[in-house]
Amino acid sequence: MGPIDDEARQPPVRYIDRTRAQYEALGYGVYSWASNPDPPPVTPLAKPLAEARVGMIATGGVYAVGQTAFNYKDDLSYRAIPSDVEVTDLRATHFAYDLSDARRDINVVFPIDALRSMVADGEIGELAPWLFTCMGGIYSQRRVREQLAPELAERCRDDGIDAVLLVPV
Amino acid sequence: MLTSARDITASVNPPRAVFLDYPLGHTAGRVGEPELDRSIVAAAIDALHHAEPGRIVDLPHRWAETDDWKDDVMRVDIGPDGEMTTVDDRVARLPTPQYQSPADADTAERVHAGLGCEICPGVDY
Repeated sequence: MGPIDDEARQPPVRYIDRTRAQYEALGYGVYSWASNPDPPPVTPLAKPLAEARVGMIATGGVYAVGQTAFNYKDDLSYRAIPSDVEVTDLRATHFAYDLSDARRDINVVFPIDALRSMVADGEIGELAPWLFTCMGGIYSQRRVREQLAPELAERCRDDGIDAVLLVPV
Repeated sequence: MLTSARDITASVNPPRAVFLDYPLGHTAGRVGEPELDRSIVAAAIDALHHAEPGRIVDLPHRWAETDDWKDDVMRVDIGPDGEMTTVDDRVARLPTPQYQSPADADTAERVHAGLGCEICPGVDY
């Protein structure tokens, strides 16, 4: 899209406020969002991007044909997808976003073609052997923090990944 | 990281984040626009070197001519008697695998054949 009329622009959607309002309308309890007010830890990239091994972790419920699909009830599992996968073998499943575009072109939630293109042009060194996917909308942020996230971080370290692109939905 | 939910990402406060102001389900671009997708991903990769830690980089891309799509996101209407109504368009939180197609379920069953699986970690068979 090109530039648009400033008067037609709205600020970003305030999902936390809207979720709170919708939960109230539905009679649900208040959700406690992750909040980390302290400055985040930063690990500088140790080498030039053109030499870096880059991975990806995407939360849009992506799986490859042959893998078990995610369920919609606080699924804390993940899928390891080989980075040389055929894009036409990738699928999407999720309870909380409109899947129609992801199922037409998985790249909108799992941008593997973009990463491959950057590798082909030498902008990044290589893709990690495995890319990882999981669900979003897992109700327990504690279980994500204490179980799923550490498992994914360990897998990335095991594969010698220098940087990982996170693609939440 | 890439994000389409700026306020949630600000609360999580990751070291490097690039915000794309698109509806949820399009964190990395649009259907059939590989050059656009690549420019978005490149911005996120570039943030590895250039983003100020903790600051969210705002991409200039717009989803449509207007931002009217934002009006209906998780919309709650309040009637004259104060009653709140909302359309919850999420799907029921079913505890079993939810395949994109029945064929995928058949293939997965054939591949696993009762065995554990190293590419579906955390799944109980």
